[in-house]
Amino acid sequence: MIGTLRSLAYLAASLLFILSLRGLSTQQTARQGNRYGIIGMLVAVLVTAVALLIPGDGVAAGAGAPNSTVVGVLGAALGLGCIIGALLASRVAMTSMPELVAALHSFVGAAAVLVGIATYLQPTGAVEAADRSAHLGEIYVGILVGAITFSGSVIAFGKLRGKIGSKPLLLPGRHLLNVVALTACVALGVIFLNAEVAWPAPGGSVFSAGMPALLAMTALALLLGMHLVMAIGGGDMPVVVSLLNSYSGWAAAAAGFMLSNDLLIITGALVGSSGAILSIIMCRAMNRSIWNVILGGFGADSGAKPKPGAAGDAPAGKVNETTVDQVAELLLAARSVVIVPGYGMAVAQAQHQVKEISSLLIGKGIKVRYAIHPVAGRLPGHMNVLLAEADVSYDIVKEMDEVNEDFPSTDVVMVIGANDIVNPSAEEDTGSPIYGMPVLQVWKAARVVMLKRGMAAGYAGVDNPVCYNDNTLMLFGDAKQSVTKLLTALRADG
Amino acid sequence: MKVGIPKEIYPHERRVAAVPETVHKIRKLGYEVMIEAGAGDAAAFTDATYAEAGATIVPNAAALYAAADIVLKVRQPIATAGGAHEADLLKGGATLISFIWPAQNKELLERLAARKVTVLAMDAMPRITRAQRMDALSAMANIAGYRAVIEAAENFGRFFPGQVTAAGRVKPAQVFIVGAGVAGLAAIAAAKSLGAQVRAFDTRPAVREQVESLGGTFVEFTFNETGEGGGGYAKEMSEAYLAAEQAMIAQHAKQSDIVISTALIPGKVAPPLITSGAVVAMAHGSVIVDMAAEQGGNCALTERDKVVEKFGVTIIGLTDLPSRMARQSSELYATTVFNLLKEVSAPEPNPAIALKLEDEIHRGVLVLRSGELMWPPPKPPAPRAGGPTGAHKVLEAKPAHPPPAPASGGGGLLAILVAIALGAAVVFGPPQLIQHLTVFLLACVVGYHVIWNVTPALHTPLMSVTNAISGIIVLGGMLALFGGGSGSLALGGVAILVASINVAGGFLVTQRMLRMFRK
Repeated sequence: MIGTLRSLAYLAASLLFILSLRGLSTQQTARQGNRYGIIGMLVAVLVTAVALLIPGDGVAAGAGAPNSTVVGVLGAALGLGCIIGALLASRVAMTSMPELVAALHSFVGAAAVLVGIATYLQPTGAVEAADRSAHLGEIYVGILVGAITFSGSVIAFGKLRGKIGSKPLLLPGRHLLNVVALTACVALGVIFLNAEVAWPAPGGSVFSAGMPALLAMTALALLLGMHLVMAIGGGDMPVVVSLLNSYSGWAAAAAGFMLSNDLLIITGALVGSSGAILSIIMCRAMNRSIWNVILGGFGADSGAKPKPGAAGDAPAGKVNETTVDQVAELLLAARSVVIVPGYGMAVAQAQHQVKEISSLLIGKGIKVRYAIHPVAGRLPGHMNVLLAEADVSYDIVKEMDEVNEDFPSTDVVMVIGANDIVNPSAEEDTGSPIYGMPVLQVWKAARVVMLKRGMAAGYAGVDNPVCYNDNTLMLFGDAKQSVTKLLTALRADG
Repeated sequence: MKVGIPKEIYPHERRVAAVPETVHKIRKLGYEVMIEAGAGDAAAFTDATYAEAGATIVPNAAALYAAADIVLKVRQPIATAGGAHEADLLKGGATLISFIWPAQNKELLERLAARKVTVLAMDAMPRITRAQRMDALSAMANIAGYRAVIEAAENFGRFFPGQVTAAGRVKPAQVFIVGAGVAGLAAIAAAKSLGAQVRAFDTRPAVREQVESLGGTFVEFTFNETGEGGGGYAKEMSEAYLAAEQAMIAQHAKQSDIVISTALIPGKVAPPLITSGAVVAMAHGSVIVDMAAEQGGNCALTERDKVVEKFGVTIIGLTDLPSRMARQSSELYATTVFNLLKEVSAPEPNPAIALKLEDEIHRGVLVLRSGELMWPPPKPPAPRAGGPTGAHKVLEAKPAHPPPAPASGGGGLLAILVAIALGAAVVFGPPQLIQHLTVFLLACVVGYHVIWNVTPALHTPLMSVTNAISGIIVLGGMLALFGGGSGSLALGGVAILVASINVAGGFLVTQRMLRMFRK
């Protein structure tokens, strides 16, 4: 009876999760989607807890009557986890969102590894050999995926935090290293599966070569995960985060296999496949293949200047520096303004001031739009989130395709802390590492104002010819300070 | 080198291939210009004004053709009243720049080839950004669209704008435009500025934005086929599509006072979009302007070059709409011809036609090279992203943005995964595993399909929600915790702890983000 009810509840939870993902596809339904997700999760956890607490249900093979210690641990862990999660969620600044998401992925990976080991340690009773090896295989795969997710996410977190350099780490023969590591994992897997048969320990215990093999593989998988993400350059971080999201789903699905839990399988598969799609969508936005990103090495020739003369402009030429007052005048004289925010705006937390500027300009009858490149920032949709936080109406926030054809009729483009996404080398210079990536064609506008900290190259490490154009004005300084001064100047002039 | 402009002899043709302003410009390229007496009369350009611009007035066509190295014309060469053919008048080795329509005029091509002349067809201009200032078809279509509205207004017995007067209320005219190419868009603009309410339909969904930018309402028509052909032109559609399209158009025609149809596919008979049934259903006094009359017409009842009344509906099948505004259309046509001449001319001091075959424009317009057939050119590339820019922007078809179909690469990957998983299941074999695999694969497919079409702005919330959902691993922790065994208490406990951080953190942060999104 309880078993049936539990199955029904699991079905309901699965459907709620699907509705949740579906809801997140459009602005109108997104909040509802999130609510569905929460309800689904509550249903899943509550029903599982109830089923476990009522003895004799046989949910977990060999489960005894729940004792108070177990119940206490369950309650404490759940409660503590929720509190920590809630605190993290409410404290995190919107600009640190990418790190938070990466950190959360690592938790899923860690949980998958722990669950795998715990499951292995459990007595299983008498089962057929075939079932046993299938079960062991599931555990093995679950831990493998979990470990890669965990260490990869930790590295991604470090890179996004800036604690680890964003440049790709390219060990010599790195593809070979990956292959060797994977082969070793497979070999260890074979040992692991045959552990009980090949090395019967004295006293008939199953604690044989199995555990060492499992732990060795875990260590290896952790290294593999680190190496995979280390090799990927900072510019590709949005895709990596999304891929890790996908991995965390696969880890959950693998846990479902080992525990014979359909809800885990379904949910894990949903998350895994949706994360994979999201990664593919993003790769397309950058005009690159997913393999190209996964195998890493993008931006390997970081710091290299574009091939001399290839872009037609003169890189490292003269730039036109400007002042806040000039920019203010320029903006007030314009009829049509496009603001291109980039990671620099996010880092400086300047979105509120930028919003004030756009409101002020709109108030004067100037047409203002925001142009968002699909991979601006360090997380897909990063800029949209920041602008939403600053209360910018999403009607004037345009995507690349919508806004690119408007640039020729735009008077002033203000680029705030963005570089690679407005780099014409992507269209003109076949030698450039970002060649082929669609970019915002800001150089077609009458005037471009670039707010930058200095002449440093962007994340991809490529010099930007736009900076040297005659119609480009450079306003150097921290984005927040520049924007704040600009706002003051605009108010004074207006 | 002598450039000659003959008088057009095509029936009802009033345009001329050069106006005094372009004569002046052609001379500046270094050419001598001759023009047949009276060539510009119908377009209100007198011989005196041409002479003033530096052209030599030549008394008759024969003299002009005999002397001209380059002939600029509007219509393709036809037989003259005297029995001679214009093509035969051309000097051997001369160059002709004109509308040619090579697909429809095979005989003419043979005749021209026999004369060993070079022929550049204005109608074969590639639709690329760089060629826009030489795009005579767009220039003419623009005029034709405007004129179509004027012709409709003349035959329509009511106001265009809605008015409330002391004598009663007048409803605005309902105008329905079929085909939002250059002509259609010009018609939308003209009808709109006269005060009508305008709806427009096109098989290419990409033009919606252009229709709306002119104040028209785009009529939605969903059928699993888009009409974006090569090089920014529409392409032909299937029969089932056509039937559905006809029904939809009939529906809209019934509610309209004026229907202007502009649907043309290059080099093909015009699609029969307006059936007789649709005409019958329209109110008496309505007007149809069939701008495709020259290629057979979009309306079944159209009579070429005539204005007829069928079932109380006036059907206008005029094919000389641009020519009816000869001054305007001559000015624009002459400019496009001049721009092409300049493009293909070698610079001074020895101006001559110098064709570069590797150039997309040169290659595109070239029909005959000293008698050798060069048409059709290699197929134009598919419309490019980014779109053309400049004055003709709204006149160009834009590439569509089809919803991203599941990637073939992703599909292949999926297939491999499925194969591996099934292989493993067969090897290991317990029925439970196979059942789990079924569930797993189905869920993968669902996840795969749910995510396409997510708006980029929501990528971050989507990711954080999926992240929260993947915290479902908390169930694994719970099961492990209750499973008993030596390490399960600690391991399960920690697993639950981290997983629940993930769940709570993920959902709450998503909620926080979504709360910030507002309209």
